[in-house]
Amino acid sequence: MGEAREDTREDTFEDTREDTFDVALTVNGAHRTARVPARRLLSDLLRHDLGLTGTHVGCEHGVCGCCTVLLDGDPVRSCLMLAVTASGHEVTTVEGLAAPDGTPSPVQRAFRECHGLQCGFCTPGFLCTVTALLRETPRPTQDQVLEGISGNLCRCTGYQNIVASVHRAADLIARSAEEGEA
Amino acid sequence: MGTRVFGEPVRRREDGRLLTGRGRYLDDLGRDALAAAFVRSPHAHARITDIDVSEALDVDGLVAVYTFEDLPGRIGERLPLLIPHPALTHGRTGYPLARDVVRHVGEPVAMVVARDRYLAEDAAERVRVDYEPLPAVVGIEAASRAERLVHDDVPGNVGAVLVQETGDAAAAIRAAPHVLEFRLAIERSASMPLEGRGVYARWDADDGSLRVYSSTQASTGVRAAIAARLGLPTGKVEVIAPDVGGGFGVKIVHPWPEEILVPWAARLLDREIKWTEDRREHFVSAAHERGQLQDVRVGFDGDGRVLGLDVRIRHDHGAYTPYGIIIPIVTSTQLLGPYKIGAYRAEVVSLYTNTLIVTPYRGAGRPQGVFCMERTMDRIARHLGLDRADVRAANLIQPDEFPYDQGLTFQDGRPLIYDSGDYPELLRKAKAMIGWDGFGAERAAAASRGRRLGIGLGVYVEGTGVGPYEGGHVEIDTAGRVHVSTGLTSQGQGHETVFAQIAAAELGVPIGDVHVTTGDTRRFGYAVGTFASRAAVMSGNAIALACRKVRDKALRIAAEALEADPRDLDITDGVVHVRGDVSAAVPLRTVAVLSNPLRYAFDEETARATQFAVGRPVTEPPIAAGEEPGLEGRDYYSPVRSTFAAGAHAAVVEVDPDTAEIAILRYAVVHDCGRLINPMVVEGQIHGGVAQGIGGALYERMAYDESGQLLNASFMDFLMPYATEIPRIRTGHLETPSPLNPLGIKGAGEAGVIPVSAVIASAVEDAEGVRVDAMPLSPDALHTLRQRAAADPSLIVRAE
Repeated sequence: MGEAREDTREDTFEDTREDTFDVALTVNGAHRTARVPARRLLSDLLRHDLGLTGTHVGCEHGVCGCCTVLLDGDPVRSCLMLAVTASGHEVTTVEGLAAPDGTPSPVQRAFRECHGLQCGFCTPGFLCTVTALLRETPRPTQDQVLEGISGNLCRCTGYQNIVASVHRAADLIARSAEEGEA
Repeated sequence: MGTRVFGEPVRRREDGRLLTGRGRYLDDLGRDALAAAFVRSPHAHARITDIDVSEALDVDGLVAVYTFEDLPGRIGERLPLLIPHPALTHGRTGYPLARDVVRHVGEPVAMVVARDRYLAEDAAERVRVDYEPLPAVVGIEAASRAERLVHDDVPGNVGAVLVQETGDAAAAIRAAPHVLEFRLAIERSASMPLEGRGVYARWDADDGSLRVYSSTQASTGVRAAIAARLGLPTGKVEVIAPDVGGGFGVKIVHPWPEEILVPWAARLLDREIKWTEDRREHFVSAAHERGQLQDVRVGFDGDGRVLGLDVRIRHDHGAYTPYGIIIPIVTSTQLLGPYKIGAYRAEVVSLYTNTLIVTPYRGAGRPQGVFCMERTMDRIARHLGLDRADVRAANLIQPDEFPYDQGLTFQDGRPLIYDSGDYPELLRKAKAMIGWDGFGAERAAAASRGRRLGIGLGVYVEGTGVGPYEGGHVEIDTAGRVHVSTGLTSQGQGHETVFAQIAAAELGVPIGDVHVTTGDTRRFGYAVGTFASRAAVMSGNAIALACRKVRDKALRIAAEALEADPRDLDITDGVVHVRGDVSAAVPLRTVAVLSNPLRYAFDEETARATQFAVGRPVTEPPIAAGEEPGLEGRDYYSPVRSTFAAGAHAAVVEVDPDTAEIAILRYAVVHDCGRLINPMVVEGQIHGGVAQGIGGALYERMAYDESGQLLNASFMDFLMPYATEIPRIRTGHLETPSPLNPLGIKGAGEAGVIPVSAVIASAVEDAEGVRVDAMPLSPDALHTLRQRAAADPSLIVRAE
């Protein structure tokens, strides 16, 4: 902090000597900018700078998966990424999973239908993980489902209904694809 | 009654916001608040010789640093001992910030307030604390030896000695044809909700009032504690539990040091302040549970009937006892389970160690008690060469023996009397679901292919719905909306849904019209809290009683409007009508208007209630004697004693002959929590409990070294099960209504976790033929057991 290199310094907070950097990224389809210190985590940028508090932080060391968001479509742990490294990328959080008119996504619908959540704290991470999983593997086997969600912890559900939700979401996606074709 | 909603798998009403990122958890609030961070002890036991905060003051963005010396009056007093008990002769609690001595790693020493959390942690790192390390007491054996003391003034490290007794156990065991004696051990685990603790406080200097949000299981208790410590009337303190990301017991403890310090500093600085616990803090500064050693002596007859049972329990309660000795009380009473034990004596010695405090985690002492009893049943069966299920059946309380008095005093200070149940049926169903009777052939077939299978079971009884009370308030507004509130809190149990089901059923209104608020002292100020599987029983019944009051009132007012007898009226879909005559009807929203005689109308609907419009006789007051304005009601449910749920679990496991890995192939649960309000929600509770039970049985332990350092204080090292570790859980239900409460319900929150360690131990022992006496059972632990058994044939158990 105190060792800031003068030539790379972009700005300082009024009363700190910490370097700050401009970050510009697309979040849930909207262009967003913020000016943050280099050490600011992506999870903190989303939650505290951009006010998107749906992304939760459960462990801050990349194990629980609560903070999972989609970076250019792929699931990442936002607590393990510095905000500045997300610059220029496209981030989707739980707030961006529903259709623009508010219609829940098939994954969100499935979790509700199958009681795939209890306290809801891990849920945004699961929703992002499962959204990406089903894009890659539209008809996952039971083992593929277990493997696909095996990086996300849930302390409430015993995973029973989360697994059911993933299969149900696959059904809903398949059905809407059929209807789209017909 | 209206549409049938009680007993249906109604989809959850809280899910809409939780699935779209619109939930509001503690850290989602107070975006502009200052951040607090804590300097915590790195030592398990040490004397603080100096604290120097001068370097921290150099951090830009720093607002304040506080140590014990800065805490005035009651702010600096020891934290309360929440549940005193006569047996807890040496209860000790800590200070909000350590005074002179720290007694566990993670104990708060200083609080830093800064512009954001990053800067607060920068400053916290710069607070220099000089410690003179003292020898640490770690583990039950070391605490018992008492070569070193955790508290100088607590001899032997003994906080409490508690005896529970019925009959003369020693004499019964002496006279018994068979006697066994053995030791059991259970290690520490923890609730470990994915959201940690957190507090956010806002002082309103103009109003002289404080609003506090806390991720708590007991908002009214937090409010009372803050008001007392800050010298404020409770009317000037509001405490709200927002969406809470899981609790499982740990968030029942209050006030945490942070719950006193953050509001105090918010008032002092006249600034909003928030503290959000991080994961490492949660591991070393919240609470753990489970750790016990049990020495068992049992006498029994040739049919496996227990004649006398003597258990000595050594319980590790950590460095302090803010929550009293509830856990060992529960262990020593619920240990008896569904059985008729001739004579029983339990002696609990509750011990101090230089480790984190031990307070209830889902199950709250029951998993240890059930482990003890079910291991005992298995030992008896193996000793006599009998079927393990048959030995249990021989000891079960029979359905015609209720109410059954176990002759002990339960955790609510009331007699341990079981209200209802059908334990033989639970056992029969569990055996059928898991395939108990045909298992011999299955095991043999697997063995012929080199696979090692085992089967196990466990039966338990759970006292639920402990008092003293909960309340409910129900108000129907002039738009026809039904507002239900209760003081206890929610951490994911689906209270907004199940309480709405109860209200909709009682009132005869569409469930969509019902809106439930929990854990907000602005809405309901009297409550105990959410623990001990009590929310549905306590608040559910209180809300039902409040609804009945409102319903009666609505019928009285509507009867006058319709010129009918209230006894001829019914409510359907929110409309009061004469039975069999839908034309004579008045909607509840209009009844709500009529319930509040007005001088001033504010719209067309309320004009009907003004003094020149209403048709009450001019000789009568506008509000009849004994009535109150408004279509609302409040009532409380206060049970004479707890209601007892029960269940049986069974599992089939496979053990790898080489790696000692344990896989659960099948898991079955039969559960009886009386009448089900929402079977989908109850099953969800069971699933989650079983998963936590499996974590405790196979993976989770707190690895303290001899100096009191917690070596696995992260999710990398403390192993909680992922989806890949949890098998499919089959559930079945019995519904034996409780005769004790109006709805006939029993609690369900903890059931899933209670017998899991006992069941897995039974199954692994069956698969391995090696005695299992300690949990959790990691591959490493099982490998060690195999080696010990190879050297000591007494550890090999006889096959059935």
